[in-house]
Amino acid sequence: MKRVEGLSKLTGRELYVDDLPVEGCLWGATVRSPASRGRIRGIEFGDSVDWSEFTVVDHRDIPGSNSVFLIEEDQPVLAVDRVRHRHEPILLLAHPSRAALRRAVAAVEIDVEPEPPMLDFRRLPLPEQVQYGDDNVLKRLRIEKGDVERALTEAPHVIEGVYETGAQEHVYLETQGMLAWDDEGVITVTGSMQCPYYIVDAFEHALGRPTDSVRIIQAATGGGFGGKEEFPSGIALHAALLAMKAGRPVKLIYDRSEDMEVSTKRHPSRVRHRTGVDRDGRLLVQDIEVVLDGGAYVTLSPVVLSRSIIHAAGPYACDHVRIDGRAMFTNSPPFGAFRGFGAPQSQFACERHMDRIASEIGIDPIEIRRINLIGDGDATATGQVIRDGANRLEVMDRALEMSDFRQRTTAHTGFNQSEPTLRRGIGLATFFHGAGFTGAGEVFLDSEVHVAGLLDGRIEARTANVEMGQGTLTVFTQLVCERLRVPVEAVVISPVDTARVPNSGPTVASRTVMVVGSLLEAACDDLRSQVGLGPDADGGSLVRAIRDWHEAHPGQELVGRAKYRQPEHIEWDDETYRGDAYGAYAWGAYVADIEVDLRTFIVRVRDFVAVQEIGRVLHETLARGQIQGGVVQALGWALLEECKWADGAMENAQLTNYIIPTTVDVPPIRVDFLEAPYPHGAGGAKGIGELPFDGVAPAVANAIASALDVDPTFVPLTPERLMDLALHAPASGGGAP
Amino acid sequence: MSGPGIEIRLTLNGESIRARVAQEDRLLDFLRYERGLTGTKEGCGEGECGACTVLLDGVPVNSCLIPAWQARDRSVETVESVPEDELAALLESGATQCGACTPGVVMTAWWVRRNRDLVDTHGLRELMAGNLCRCTGYDGIIEGLEAWLESAKSGGGESEGGA
Repeated sequence: MKRVEGLSKLTGRELYVDDLPVEGCLWGATVRSPASRGRIRGIEFGDSVDWSEFTVVDHRDIPGSNSVFLIEEDQPVLAVDRVRHRHEPILLLAHPSRAALRRAVAAVEIDVEPEPPMLDFRRLPLPEQVQYGDDNVLKRLRIEKGDVERALTEAPHVIEGVYETGAQEHVYLETQGMLAWDDEGVITVTGSMQCPYYIVDAFEHALGRPTDSVRIIQAATGGGFGGKEEFPSGIALHAALLAMKAGRPVKLIYDRSEDMEVSTKRHPSRVRHRTGVDRDGRLLVQDIEVVLDGGAYVTLSPVVLSRSIIHAAGPYACDHVRIDGRAMFTNSPPFGAFRGFGAPQSQFACERHMDRIASEIGIDPIEIRRINLIGDGDATATGQVIRDGANRLEVMDRALEMSDFRQRTTAHTGFNQSEPTLRRGIGLATFFHGAGFTGAGEVFLDSEVHVAGLLDGRIEARTANVEMGQGTLTVFTQLVCERLRVPVEAVVISPVDTARVPNSGPTVASRTVMVVGSLLEAACDDLRSQVGLGPDADGGSLVRAIRDWHEAHPGQELVGRAKYRQPEHIEWDDETYRGDAYGAYAWGAYVADIEVDLRTFIVRVRDFVAVQEIGRVLHETLARGQIQGGVVQALGWALLEECKWADGAMENAQLTNYIIPTTVDVPPIRVDFLEAPYPHGAGGAKGIGELPFDGVAPAVANAIASALDVDPTFVPLTPERLMDLALHAPASGGGAP
Repeated sequence: MSGPGIEIRLTLNGESIRARVAQEDRLLDFLRYERGLTGTKEGCGEGECGACTVLLDGVPVNSCLIPAWQARDRSVETVESVPEDELAALLESGATQCGACTPGVVMTAWWVRRNRDLVDTHGLRELMAGNLCRCTGYDGIIEGLEAWLESAKSGGGESEGGA
């Protein structure tokens, strides 16, 4: 099946929020904090502007509670008298002219009495920097299995390492934006988003409005990657506040610099490993500490931390495991959801550490993985017993075979001896990613999906899950077609409009196909049985039966429904962090073949092989596209993308000097899939959206380690940072710079 | 529109038009907000991402870097002018995901398609390097363009106008 909305995108007809023509629309803008921490002493509106032309909104215009509803209620919609990070929103302005708005924003002077900010999450705060609890720790979590202390004293080898990863900007090609208007008492917002019902909740909370006077409609969304999970709630509130006060529609569209300065990014991390192994390299004990920079408000950091620690021990079997996790408060703009959600950070550390262990005890990096990869019946760090029919060794062997790993290792050794200025290396990473919300999260989401039989016999799928490039519309269409044996023309996917679709949960966590798709199948079954047909019915009979039903029930709605029910095999204890953290894991093995130019320290990726077991491939082109796109985005994180921070703000907030990969920075990404169907996923599929992010940076760093005989402990490995490492650091490693 | 404005004449998607443009407006603003040609996207506003690529006298440019008045007496082609049936190969290959970079990608690819000599001296990845895409990892785009060039060769579709 071709991408359902593909032609609309290729022809430029697809309408994103900034493309929507709106009569009498004002533009909105945000006035932000000039300081990373302090008390607002005063706000001056400069004389150069005729302020009577402007709609001005501040915190006093918020009818409900002044916080962006999420896990905690600590983040204000608009700052009141204190600011906790640079660019924190304080005032909103609206005007018909964007040029006039720019001048007006510049004419507002915010006077902040500065207080000492906390800008390094790796250090203990000084007393005057403590702003959250008594130690700035936003969230602590622990996983414990076996007897770690005893195992550490008994292990023949104990190997330590500290690994760090940097912030990363999503760079969805469409920047953030919202359009709001008052539609006869119903506050209506359309824009770029992953989670319309998060915004409904945020409106109920901050605008004090009942759900039925709020309507959220997703516009075409030009990429999300997590960046449009929680962050759009604030923009939607801002646009709505302006529209309510102005009495006119307001568009609030960020330009690229504003988007990069103020929006969430991937959490920076520091991960410490202390690992006991025997002489063959078998893992005896893993003692791991994961620290994330949460930024200035709680936002989603507790759940990012959760996913990060659950994946921190890697796809390996080990009897004694302790993982301590902390998310730290700092005065940086809040870090947030980004593809992988903490797992890429902790698996970078784990996979680099596996190579370090192999190197220190003198065994092969392939063999150490072969010995330790989770086998059928083995348990993860949380005690989840894996019996999913997937063969992790086969995944790894396929990747090794496709990449000619052993032959190339030998060839590179010869090349490196004869070549004066170039060094080649090849690196492997094995990894996993759990799909869906963690633990009992899906139970709390309580997702619901509807499939309506329309008057004309067509079938309409109604979910809150958005198309943002990953292929929701196409795969949902395909699932309905296959389940009900109807042609594509008979299937409609409802616009994601909260006045029309039930809450099937957010479009995040690689859950759309696996969890929501499976509900879609169940709702199809319910629709079919409501018109008196069994699972063997063909599509033609179904279409006729739907029309007949409507003739017999004039004016009524025919809706098949399904609600989430946790598969019986899942047991999770949120108190002890023991049990089945995820319904299913996808498994991967990635190989990077790289070349470093010793004159420039630019790393060229010569070849990249991505092999994964994903349950079932529902749509080859889309699945391949998810993997290739994820790999390239992660290559950016590994090699190019560095957020430069100065006084708590991103200095390089533009695409001129925040560098993401182009066509010539990456090779073709060679992809292969293995399939062991997951019985509770739609069509047997497991989630794959985030999986590719986890294996890339460690494969690249391991390849660099082998090329240069260095021990990289951090990403991004930009030329400057790699040069520092290669010229100044001892090969045996040490901390990050 | 502020300022006195400048009267220009140009050919827009094959049609000869007159327009009054604000002197500070970029070609991108003129196309999107004055002409309603919203297929052309703003990705970065500084000529890095290529989402706003249009053809100016048949050659791809970033319309965020061109003052609107500089289109005076020239030909501008936007994504809206590309015949739909030309896009089959890109659709098939997975060249579009979120679609925000896509119109720019299509315009650069359309330029390559109409100037096949380019591939004698340049690789496709080199020719497409001015268009950032955050979704596909580029393989879907490059494979789609290869297939497009291939189908045009066999289909003999040399009827297009162009530079």
